[in-house]
Amino acid sequence: MVDFFQVVISGMATGSIYALAALGFTLLWQASGTINFATGEFVMLPAFSMLAFMSLGAPLILSFFLTLAVATLVLGWGFKRTIVDPMRKFGVMPLVVATIGLSLIMRSGTQIAFGAQALPFPNIFGYEVFDFAGVKVSASDLGTLVVAMVVVFGLQVFLQRTVTGRAMQAVAQNTESAEVLGINVSRMTFYTFAINAILASLAALLVTPLYLAKFDMGISLGLKAFLAAIIGGFNNSRGALLGGIIIGVSENLAGTYVSSSYRDGVALALFLLVILFKPNGLLGLPTERKV
Amino acid sequence: MQAHIFKKYALAAALGAAAVGFAVPSVAADTVKIAEIMELTGPGTTSGTNFKDGVNLAVKEINAAGGILGRQIETTVVDTQSNPGIAKGLVQKAVDNDVFAVFGPVFTGSIMVSMAVTEDAKVPNFVGGEGAAITQQGNKYVFRTSLTQTDAMPKVARYLDGRKDVNTLAVLFVNNDFGKGGRDAILKALKSTHVKVVEDISTASGQVDFSSAVVKLKQSHADALFSYTNEEESARLLRELKKQGWDKPIIGETTIAGQKVIELAGPAANGAIAHVGLTVGAPVPGMEKFGKDFHAANGYAPDHNGIKGYTGVYMLKAAIEKVGKFDRQAVAAALHGMHISAKEHPGVLMDVTIDGKGDLDRESFLVQVVDGKQKVIGVLPPLSHK
Repeated sequence: MVDFFQVVISGMATGSIYALAALGFTLLWQASGTINFATGEFVMLPAFSMLAFMSLGAPLILSFFLTLAVATLVLGWGFKRTIVDPMRKFGVMPLVVATIGLSLIMRSGTQIAFGAQALPFPNIFGYEVFDFAGVKVSASDLGTLVVAMVVVFGLQVFLQRTVTGRAMQAVAQNTESAEVLGINVSRMTFYTFAINAILASLAALLVTPLYLAKFDMGISLGLKAFLAAIIGGFNNSRGALLGGIIIGVSENLAGTYVSSSYRDGVALALFLLVILFKPNGLLGLPTERKV
Repeated sequence: MQAHIFKKYALAAALGAAAVGFAVPSVAADTVKIAEIMELTGPGTTSGTNFKDGVNLAVKEINAAGGILGRQIETTVVDTQSNPGIAKGLVQKAVDNDVFAVFGPVFTGSIMVSMAVTEDAKVPNFVGGEGAAITQQGNKYVFRTSLTQTDAMPKVARYLDGRKDVNTLAVLFVNNDFGKGGRDAILKALKSTHVKVVEDISTASGQVDFSSAVVKLKQSHADALFSYTNEEESARLLRELKKQGWDKPIIGETTIAGQKVIELAGPAANGAIAHVGLTVGAPVPGMEKFGKDFHAANGYAPDHNGIKGYTGVYMLKAAIEKVGKFDRQAVAAALHGMHISAKEHPGVLMDVTIDGKGDLDRESFLVQVVDGKQKVIGVLPPLSHK
């Protein structure tokens, strides 16, 4: 039983990593109607930004806050202005293809700048391990899980309960009507991309100690995040958390009690099942116009 | 009139260009071309980058000392992306480019599909892989730069047999050609020992979460773990082992105590024991200088792959000098059965014998990670000195 809980807790920690990245998908979709297939790279780039600041002598926390500024500028404002704004009028598919291209550019650029080898990354929660009746839980696992939950529910409250959050969703659902209602469309859209960049930086801070800083770390992370978002519900932030945790725990259970050969297939199998029997995801709702 | 002048100058320019073009082969005759087909991205990044930097350091040294038989080495580096299909295509391109020798790939899977190309073209191919199958195909042009799994694993098995505190063992391997080859070799070598394998755990290349693997390991109640995974996975495994409080011996082959793993795993690497064919910590003349030179050139400490690449170039040089001419077939033939002494050829760092299959025989070492550094805890003689 102890082993079972060990596997489940570790899976939840890994799943919350997927969830943080999945939030990038759900947020941009909910608030701007954008699907960003460079989500994994949006996590990878801040990781290297933090490493760059640390190499200049800045401590981890300062590097993180400096990275927040850089990410807001580059991954928020820059992404919106150079990719989304020009492409959005052509529909979702061209934008999807553009973000796939962007992910390749980001990977190649990082490889050229930082090399192809994995680099160690400090853990903000330290390396202490707690023993709960035989189940070993690291400070990092706990921290990641708690932060993911706080971020997910905080974001949900922000989008549903605040004027700004609702305005952001209104802009995503019907830009013209939102403009007629006096909402500053440009500003709301920027807020969405800025929050996405901040979330990606936070995800980088939490996941890189485990994934290791590497130019291609976003590939599997991005895929798992996308599957988590689909499973949980693409238009629901809590769905991202649920989807991520389901994948993380299922992978670990399969690896322990079936065979590790099936680990990576679990997420895809769950994805297929959800698409077949609950196309909107476990917590997703049929899209409705609220504005 | 102007058109006439233009034509005259154009003709002169064309003749000049042609002359330059025809002069190129005479320049090329002063060089010997080698190709580096390396894993510079993907799961093999650490191995391939180390191997490439080792080759490049040797090339730089040899060129500075006058080259091989007076010819400068000209090298090109390409990235296989750790993909066997791409590796094969790149080796074909190198062969078409008339290289004298090919260095790489490092991953056994890539070597297995690309070495047929160098064999068909009769181009000596110095590879970094340790998979036993590489030299079991009868390929006369493939040469290792390290011990094979079938040579290394009996040494590991003998070491485990000598440990009275290890009666049961769990084997954890990465599910690729490298990992499966190592697993098969250790299982075979352990059959003649008192050590019983009680768990056989397969893991995926690029796996991030090792919690389920470590839970299975703990459930086996094995006295020790034998791990055979690539660098990044080894680092993640060591961290998970530390997290879950694994306090029994962790033993592996080369990778688990590699410099990159130590860097990535941090304190979690302490205590890991590995049999290594090559290590900068080896008590042999020239190794310390190599380690310093490598670090100065590349900004990081080399692992065994760095030494493989470096010594591989010097093996080629020794063979060409023995033959006395740039004849690929003669050089490949000379390498089989050749003994290269480190006294005569300091670049090989350690005395080495190459057998008729392209396998190497030389001393190897047992190392343990102590305070974040490899410490040699034993020197194991060549198999021929048993």
